[in-house]
Amino acid sequence: MSSNSFAYNEQSGGGEATELGQEATSTISPSGAFGLFSSDLKKNEDLKQMLESTKDSAKLDAMKRIVGMIAKGKNASELFPAVVKNVASKNIEIKKLVYVYLVRYAEEQQDLALLSISTFQRALKDPNQLIRASALRVLSSIRVPIIVPIMMLAIKEASADLSPYVRKNAAHAIQKLYSLDPEQKEMLIEVIEKLLKDKSTLVAGSVVMAFEEVCPDRIDLIHKNYRKLCNLLVDVEEWGQVVIIHMLTRYARTQFVSPWKEDDGLEDNEKNFYESDDEQKEKTDQRKKPYTMDPDHRLLIRNTKPLLQSRNAAVVMAVAQLYWHISPKSEVGIISKSLVRLLRSNREVQYIVLQNIATMSIQRKGMFEPYLKSFYVRSTDPTMIKTLKLEILTNLANEANISTLLREFQTYVKSQDKQFAAATIQTIGRCATNISEVTDTCLNGLVCLLSNRDEIVVAESVVVIKKLLQMQPAQHGEIIKHMAKLLDSITVPVARASILWLIGENCERVPKIAPDVLRKMAKSFTSEDDLVKLQILNLGAKLYLTNSRQTKLLTQYILNLGKYDQNYDIRDRTRFIRQLIVPNEKSGALSKYAKKIFLAQKPAPLLESPFKVDRDHFQLGTLSHTLNTKATGYLELSNWPEVAPDPSVRNVEVIELAKEWTPAGKAKKENPAKKFYSESEEEEDSSDSSSDSESESGSASGEQDEGDSSDDSSEESSSEHGSDSESASEVGDKRTAKRNSKSKGKSADSSSEEESSSDSESESESESESESRKVTKEKEKKKTKQDRNPLTKDVSLLDLDDFNPVSTPVALPTPALSPSLIADLEGLNLSTSSSVISVNTPVFVPVKTHVLLHRMSGRGLAAHYFFPRQPCIFGDKMVSVQITLNNTTDRKIENIHIGGKKLPMGMQMHVFNPIESLEPEGSITVSMGIDFCDSTQTASFQLCTKDDCFNVNIQPPVGELLLPVAMSEKDFKKEQGMLTGMNETSTVIIAAPQNFTPSVILQKVVNVANVGVVPSGQDNIHRFAAKTVHSGSLMLVTVELKEGSTAQLIINTERTVIGSVLLRELKPVLSQG
Amino acid sequence: MIHSLFLINSSGDIFLEKHWKSVVSRSVCDYFFEAQERATEAENVPPVIPTPHHYLLSVYRHKIFFVAVIQTEVPPLFVIEFLHRVVDTFQDYFGVCSEPVIKDNVVVVYEVLEEMLDNGFPLATESNILKELIKPPTILRTVVNTITGMEKGETHRELPSWVKALNNLLPAFCLIPISGSTITAEIQGVIDACVKLTGMPDLTLSFMNPRLLDDVSFHPCVRFKRWESERILSFIPPDGNFRLLSYHVSAQNLVAIPVYVKHNISFRDSSSLGRFEITVGPKQTMGKTIEGVIVTSQMPKGVLNMSLTPSQGTHTFDPVTKMLSWDVGKINPQKLPSLKGTMSLQAGASKPDENPTINLQFKIQQLAISGLKVNRLDMYGEKYKPFKGIKYMTKAGKFQVRT
Repeated sequence: MSSNSFAYNEQSGGGEATELGQEATSTISPSGAFGLFSSDLKKNEDLKQMLESTKDSAKLDAMKRIVGMIAKGKNASELFPAVVKNVASKNIEIKKLVYVYLVRYAEEQQDLALLSISTFQRALKDPNQLIRASALRVLSSIRVPIIVPIMMLAIKEASADLSPYVRKNAAHAIQKLYSLDPEQKEMLIEVIEKLLKDKSTLVAGSVVMAFEEVCPDRIDLIHKNYRKLCNLLVDVEEWGQVVIIHMLTRYARTQFVSPWKEDDGLEDNEKNFYESDDEQKEKTDQRKKPYTMDPDHRLLIRNTKPLLQSRNAAVVMAVAQLYWHISPKSEVGIISKSLVRLLRSNREVQYIVLQNIATMSIQRKGMFEPYLKSFYVRSTDPTMIKTLKLEILTNLANEANISTLLREFQTYVKSQDKQFAAATIQTIGRCATNISEVTDTCLNGLVCLLSNRDEIVVAESVVVIKKLLQMQPAQHGEIIKHMAKLLDSITVPVARASILWLIGENCERVPKIAPDVLRKMAKSFTSEDDLVKLQILNLGAKLYLTNSRQTKLLTQYILNLGKYDQNYDIRDRTRFIRQLIVPNEKSGALSKYAKKIFLAQKPAPLLESPFKVDRDHFQLGTLSHTLNTKATGYLELSNWPEVAPDPSVRNVEVIELAKEWTPAGKAKKENPAKKFYSESEEEEDSSDSSSDSESESGSASGEQDEGDSSDDSSEESSSEHGSDSESASEVGDKRTAKRNSKSKGKSADSSSEEESSSDSESESESESESESRKVTKEKEKKKTKQDRNPLTKDVSLLDLDDFNPVSTPVALPTPALSPSLIADLEGLNLSTSSSVISVNTPVFVPVKTHVLLHRMSGRGLAAHYFFPRQPCIFGDKMVSVQITLNNTTDRKIENIHIGGKKLPMGMQMHVFNPIESLEPEGSITVSMGIDFCDSTQTASFQLCTKDDCFNVNIQPPVGELLLPVAMSEKDFKKEQGMLTGMNETSTVIIAAPQNFTPSVILQKVVNVANVGVVPSGQDNIHRFAAKTVHSGSLMLVTVELKEGSTAQLIINTERTVIGSVLLRELKPVLSQG
Repeated sequence: MIHSLFLINSSGDIFLEKHWKSVVSRSVCDYFFEAQERATEAENVPPVIPTPHHYLLSVYRHKIFFVAVIQTEVPPLFVIEFLHRVVDTFQDYFGVCSEPVIKDNVVVVYEVLEEMLDNGFPLATESNILKELIKPPTILRTVVNTITGMEKGETHRELPSWVKALNNLLPAFCLIPISGSTITAEIQGVIDACVKLTGMPDLTLSFMNPRLLDDVSFHPCVRFKRWESERILSFIPPDGNFRLLSYHVSAQNLVAIPVYVKHNISFRDSSSLGRFEITVGPKQTMGKTIEGVIVTSQMPKGVLNMSLTPSQGTHTFDPVTKMLSWDVGKINPQKLPSLKGTMSLQAGASKPDENPTINLQFKIQQLAISGLKVNRLDMYGEKYKPFKGIKYMTKAGKFQVRT
């Protein structure tokens, strides 16, 4: 137990609140006060002494015993004063146990509890986030009304805390405060509003929970956060996912129009569904404009889909109910497989899931039909599971599978669990009524069961047969006779009553037997059950009307018996029947119709599922659905609105946020799915760029392409996901690319994102062609001047705006946690890792050129290339390469161009424009851009002249795959902190001291790699930062000088491969003399 | 959300209670006891019980009822899943989850529960995070040493590192053959991993035949996108034991059932003796031995006693519950185990009309009946060489034979 001090480690305020302990001491009543009581209290006495002791171990033991008492439900409240003064204990173990105690008993000892408040107030300011969080937790758990203002203040402060973990606790505290004092509602809503904007996945679940508890009706708070919540969902912790999905389901039902066609109502069969869908589409096309799904609606459906794979049953169920309630009917099918998977879980999970499947299977048989065998009953299942499975099997029964099912039912009927056997018989009855083809088979089967030895089985069969016969009474005289015989043996009242009723109804078909039955019954009347007695009376009345000659006396005898029965129902019935059938002077007009009244054609009962009753109006997956009654706090799922409320409320207009969300929109714009949804685009006028870009939706035509669009959606979500974490500069670039394509008036019907970006490249090329030529020329001049830095003001041409940083500072938890816990917490943090990147101009550009084509092998054409280390104008993922071509021959070389390219996968190359001619001894410099995909793979291509082709290749040094980045030392450390573990590589360098002067190191490093210098506070540490050109991942280089002539070289990057290559290249450079 | 939790043993004693909001009197459990009485067996106690002011949601595991008290609408699976998670956590902490163990470690249990929920809403449910907050009793000392070691600047990497990536494949069946033909059979499996690696290793696990997997669910550490695109499990593992993946093998592939059962159980109407004979044999096991075979069967009520002789193993028959159980052990293909004998029936009573169902349990080591094979397990991001290992195993699920 004494171990977790590391969690709260040294930072936890050392001298905090000792004076509180003293305060508390003075208020303690003298320990003798309890002396009067029994020995049990004596035990508490020694606990008190232990708590007073100076030794922590004694206190700890005492606290452990006290917590043990609490756990067992024993009252330990009288120890409150002795315990509470240890609240400021320096020992974390003791402190935690005191907290546990305090939370449990503060409500009972409010005055004394107040003594501890100042400790928590102080802890709320602690630098350790865990301590802040736990202080808030305990403070808000103390249910003492006086401290409401303090709690309110603490919550407000914590909701602005840098640590997402503390903010999460603040969200929890909101609910606690609300239950303590509902009057704080307005203030709390403000905090909720603020926390809803939080981008941490850690907070999202908790704040939505608070929202649901405090102000579930304030749907307006969700609008602005809707898209964010949808996008965050996958990364939220599992419990939060459940809550958010349920909330979003309700939200969707109020904000979007129904995706269900009006008249497709309850689908029984998938096939039917599709047919009717097609037909109907034609109809609707004529009638009115087709339904188009709101893109936000689609977003929710798409983003929840991966969660069907969650290991958490509650999450899977939540997604299932979301699909059931808000997705188009044709898409609901995908949930069945996941739900069936849950059936292999624990019995409790099975129970709930089966209940929900039962409800679903009533409305949509087709969904679960392929999984029929998963619902077969095993003899080891608990009864409740068995019943539910039977229920589902019945719902799924149809003409095709009924014979298999009936065979299966036969085994169940033989089960040793007689309750279950009885339920099976009910089921067979229902199948028989639902599927007319098998009615006779079922009936015969049931009749066979009448000779079963078990009474419950027989009784149940009788009841079911009665219902079946009622539907087609004509030809079943034999069965009725058989059942009449059973009356002698069967004792179960319901069964006896059923037989009597049957005979009564069909008394004209069995004229000989009926009076005899009545005679027997008259004998045993007094000993029968009430239920049977009523039926005897009925039988008597019916026989009296049809066959009064034989039964008049018998009936009167029975009526007399009934008159003096103990049960008033029976006495009433007797009186009623007597008045109606026995003619006397007082009997009114009614008795003439007695026969019609008693022997009217009765409608056959509908054998219905007990689940059909009302259950389906509860939201699936809720407690209310399980109980089939409205549970406290159940929130109704509203019906779809006729007209969708204004969708623009969900647009986030704040500029920073807009930037956050645009990439998702853009990514969609370039999606192939777009083609299918062209109609929807027309509908939404494309004035608003964001709604324009997101206008893909599940329109009627979209549903046909079901397969496609679902494929797309996964792609899309991935691209979206990526763009969330993409560096800000990329965002900027994409936007320019888009701008370009727009200005050219090209529609975005390109088939993939990459294509479109290359598209826009080519356009930008043509646009900037003249410019780039200018650049080249100027560069040429500089080149000749042997300028060391060719990159001068031309940079402005490159529109550096695109690389503007959008820095969202990350709240970094103080590293007081153990490293792995930090990693856990940070993993949940949303902020992009590369948020503080701003591209810098290169520190130094080496003049080193590489030979591309030697003049000997190039027949006089020589080519050299070098890396100018500037952002490439052809594409932001490309590395600039300048090629200088020399004509060493004495004749013109014409038409120099690049021929066939052999590039590794993913690599792209932007070629220079063909050079018409090169004079003898002339030289020309051209630029190209190559996207090396952050690898050192070789780009091979052909350099062609009019007459020849030469195979050449460019292999980039790893250092050229980088772009320098300017960042502060603080940012550097922060980023480095995030890139530990597998992202870190390091080595030790040994070299002479003169090599370790700052300028030498700088010179050496920048010579090898295109990195930016990070200003360093320490003399012995040199830091360099860069990002990779293609992916924009950070590359952090640290050279730390150690004693002696050694230094540590550390590289932190996500791209571990490049990192290690760079390390390998830097090491020899730095160590050489 | 979750208001309180009561732990109740099979004799109906509340031996632990924990409240996350204001205290709920333990008298609320009376409703639970009522329901427990009504249900004849513990298994039949309904998981959701409404009471006038509260709702009781319970799970039953390890002979303990975990009863959660809630007051307002909440998805029932949310609570049930959480309770199961609590049990799993206890198991992880103490090795077993039983009444005496919980009583012995009541303080740790109480603290764990305190961390798992805040105001009834789950806070930390991953056992590796919990273990950082509250140490399990047994590994206490060693961990303290490790931690202090790390704080002194000996980084992770210097510590001796080892990994034991133990992948248990537990394809399990449910099948019910009747009159010789299989009614239904399916294979579900899990991959349990035990990872003890320092640093932040990034692991990828690939299969020889990932197409076999029909329906999967993952531990949250698995990167879903990577699976979607490449059918590779890529993840940064948490420490210790965890369930990486559970899967279902598509039903189209016919399941090769590795055992068969021959039975001859007959009752005669007139005599008070019945004949009973069972033989178990292997089939399609690819040369692996079937072990841990246990045959159980619930005999009809009419059976008074059985006098049987097994060719191997031991058998028991409980005349009260009518449960026959035969612990066979390994199956030797040369000499098939059988159980023969007679049953004495209630004199005068007619023969029972139902035949008993035979339940079978068995294990096959080194064989994954689904044919699923792990191709390779690679580690990125750390320099050391981990120890890797894999263990395949097939276990019978609910294997039932109807007679």
